[in-house]
Amino acid sequence: MISPLQLFLIVSSLLFCVGLIGALARSNTILVLLGIELMLNAANLNFIAFWRYGPHPAAATGMMFVLFSIAVAAAEAAVGLALIIAVHRHRRSVRLQEANSLKG
Amino acid sequence: MIALLLIALLILGAASAAILSRNLIHSALLLVGAWAGIAAFYLWAGAEFVAFAQALVYVGAVSMVVLFAVLLTRQGATRAPVEYDSVKRAVFAFIVAGGVAGVLVGAIMGSPLQGHIASPTPAVSVKQLGLLLMGSYAPALLIVGVLLTVALLGAIVIAAEEKG
Repeated sequence: MISPLQLFLIVSSLLFCVGLIGALARSNTILVLLGIELMLNAANLNFIAFWRYGPHPAAATGMMFVLFSIAVAAAEAAVGLALIIAVHRHRRSVRLQEANSLKG
Repeated sequence: MIALLLIALLILGAASAAILSRNLIHSALLLVGAWAGIAAFYLWAGAEFVAFAQALVYVGAVSMVVLFAVLLTRQGATRAPVEYDSVKRAVFAFIVAGGVAGVLVGAIMGSPLQGHIASPTPAVSVKQLGLLLMGSYAPALLIVGVLLTVALLGAIVIAAEEKG
């Protein structure tokens, strides 16, 4: 019998892997950023799962971590999409392979 | 438990469809569905405040920013679908992600994670959260405020048109 905590953790692992596929397989910068966002969401799911089924749910530490993590993710999304727009303005493309000026 | 499984299927299905979709707008909208599903997951787990924060920030704000980025970087209206470029990369990505999934699920199934099943739903009221945020977490809250300000100013500077 699978416990709810294990179900939570498996869902978040699978979500992480879906995000990983998005970040590795696609070459559109926006999709890569969205894959990274999905991986971050999977980590948040873990925080909530361990808060819910952990030994001290009244301390609310997991919820606090998720709140701060959501704030940081919002900042990350804003900066990432601004970078995508800047790259698109300079290169007229959002393909990752074409943004390789820093390659040695 | 059934509701939990349904929500999990909704999240994973929407996320996979978004990642595999060839239309960026469809991807963005499917991801909004996945984020809403995650908010429902939080509601089911009893973390109401976090669920509403997730709905506000992701379903409300981040999705709008993503849609704006998609529209601003589009190459003409006719070329909406993004083609998959390299089969080799996709195959490697699936192998890596499958390996990671196998390792993680194996570790989870192999661990004695019975959890503390006792409390039905831990009730943490918004008042308690507010007291925590203004009490022991106040420095972190201030730092997050500064971080958001700096990040948004930086985003404007990066994305702004250079004049002259």
